[in-house]
Amino acid sequence: MSRRSTLPADIAAFVVGLLFAGGLVLGGMTQPAKVIAFLDVAGGAWDPSLAFVMGGAILVHAPVYAFVVRRRSQPVLQARFHVPQRRDITVPLLAGSGLFGIGWGLGGYCPGPALVSVPTLGLEALTFVGAMTVGMLLHHLIGRTPSSKPETQAPRASRADA
Amino acid sequence: MDHTNFTPFLSLGGGALIGLATSILLLANGRIAGISGIYGTALTGGSGPWRWRWLFIAGLVAGGAVLFGLAPAHFAVTTDRPLWVIALAGLAVGVGTRLGSGCTSGHGVCGISRLSRRSLIATATFLVTGGITVAVARMLGGGS
Repeated sequence: MSRRSTLPADIAAFVVGLLFAGGLVLGGMTQPAKVIAFLDVAGGAWDPSLAFVMGGAILVHAPVYAFVVRRRSQPVLQARFHVPQRRDITVPLLAGSGLFGIGWGLGGYCPGPALVSVPTLGLEALTFVGAMTVGMLLHHLIGRTPSSKPETQAPRASRADA
Repeated sequence: MDHTNFTPFLSLGGGALIGLATSILLLANGRIAGISGIYGTALTGGSGPWRWRWLFIAGLVAGGAVLFGLAPAHFAVTTDRPLWVIALAGLAVGVGTRLGSGCTSGHGVCGISRLSRRSLIATATFLVTGGITVAVARMLGGGS
């Protein structure tokens, strides 16, 4: 549905990737032991730092979405918004999220920090990203991938649940 | 609570930077900065543009390279979990995030910021199963 990526939009995507990496590293997400210490609420050495990462991100993104994005009918560099509009709670949503949490707790990496850690060439990061890539491809091959078209539209046009 | 490793201000700052990044991508390109979705769709191709997705991933990796050069301590892996466990973890994260339509960024940051019911429930789910997994691993004597 979307138009070709223009050069400014491509540059924006790259810059956003850079900023995102900076935030993940600064926040402590690229330290698997710190992630596991965050998830280990009952372990006696709970490190709540990562709640501050999520909190800090939402503190910035939520007002931008509510007061800026929702008032626009189209983004600055592209033709339209691609914001998920689904509201149904489904078995794949719950099972997938549950499975993701198990992997997160086992490895201490979620997808972003794992990709950011690739240039360290550490065995853990490379193994994790390799396996994650295989998992995504497996899901694509085996999964029905329910028409894989998440319905998306302009935030303004939707009576979103916000 | 672990007071020696608790980094509230650094983590809050890192989070704000992530919020800035997700805001720019949405405002400029109209896209949700969900990393599992961007990477997964970039991998499997299909319809739609792919170039911005790979450029976003390139930005993540380039950022990682620069920061690893500047501050390698931020990438310390001290979980001493065997590699087969890490591989299993990666597999679960790969399948799980695609099946569940998102990860910490897409659901945990972007979705919650939009007050999406699906993302709130997804985030609660992976936080709970992550917590249970870590607790079980600790009781079984695995790393950390």
